[in-house]
Amino acid sequence: MADQITLRVARYRPEEEAEPVFQDYEVPCRDDWVVLDGLNYVKDRLDGTLSYRWSCRMGICGSCGMNVNGEPTLTCASFLKEHAPGPIRVEPLTNFPVVRDLVVEIGDFIEKLTSVKPWLIRKVEVPLEEGEYLQTPDELSSYKQFSMCINCMLCYAACPVYGLDPKFIGPAAIALAQRYNEDSRDQGAAERLDILSSHEGIWGCTFVGECTEVCPKHVDPAGAIQRYKLTAAVENLKSLLVPGSRP
Amino acid sequence: MTERSAAERSVYSPYHPRWYRPRMSTYWWLKRWAYVLFILRELSSVFVAWFVVYLLLLVRAVSQGEGSYQEFLDWSSGAGVLVLNVVSFAFVVLHAVTWFKAAPQAMVVRIGGQRVAPALVAAAHYAAWAAASALLTWVVLGG
Repeated sequence: MADQITLRVARYRPEEEAEPVFQDYEVPCRDDWVVLDGLNYVKDRLDGTLSYRWSCRMGICGSCGMNVNGEPTLTCASFLKEHAPGPIRVEPLTNFPVVRDLVVEIGDFIEKLTSVKPWLIRKVEVPLEEGEYLQTPDELSSYKQFSMCINCMLCYAACPVYGLDPKFIGPAAIALAQRYNEDSRDQGAAERLDILSSHEGIWGCTFVGECTEVCPKHVDPAGAIQRYKLTAAVENLKSLLVPGSRP
Repeated sequence: MTERSAAERSVYSPYHPRWYRPRMSTYWWLKRWAYVLFILRELSSVFVAWFVVYLLLLVRAVSQGEGSYQEFLDWSSGAGVLVLNVVSFAFVVLHAVTWFKAAPQAMVVRIGGQRVAPALVAAAHYAAWAAASALLTWVVLGG
């Protein structure tokens, strides 16, 4: 019989409670079980009313982000044994409204994500018969890191600026904008400049740097934001010195 | 009591979801060591500014002659100014170290198409710091 470990799970049932309360569950502490396995055990065997999001179980879908012992974490990538002897505190991601239990409302993030136009923008599409857009390994390497983002929102949960000012566009959306700005096939940098260089964009960031620390995919959103600050400052200076030079 | 929106005050029903919106505490920065360090880093700017003022006061004293300079030295060796300067020095070192830690994230240096490793960028900053300190030491003590 495997050892047991306690999951101290935040429960919020809006029909019953005005604010979350903690509920303890004993789950087997197996070597190969992650926190998500523990939650699935609770859901399957102990309490079917527990609500949370998950899908792939392998750090790809970005659905199972929660605060584990206060740290924004992918619960599929955090082993129960690492937190022994427990209890393990499992809470919804901070800085988001809680819908129920561990489920947060992500509409704000989705809106911000689309606002930075994270897709390839072409001024003129090259006809198909002229072949594909070619890219050198160096060109690929300039944005590849940012393209690893899985939209798990851990960076938003770790960002005090987003917590204090919900209008802040936030780390992942800006990193994803940079993913396309840096792509040699993209021609949409000018279209993203206004929103990125607004007060709610890069200038809201005070470089706390925790977004980069918690990122499970090593995207380094903090680095992306600081580099774009330089780009935006140069563009701003150019437009001041040479009227009509906006890209 | 903080004011709550109409949606939050409404009675829950399957058609009226009631989200829980926790508010950030004034002491949010005490929750994680990284946040505390961030606040200390921001606070260090005040002490950097103080060192600038102190340097300007020194320059003014020197320009006003020997008596004025001696007066400045006497004032500087007072317990209050001494403690302030020791604390300021600690914060300025923190400022420099956290700056150098942040620099490789903000600076992407490419040589021959290849990105220079972030550790090397940080090392270059420390080397420049050491060189500047050595030069100043030489000017003050040996020059």
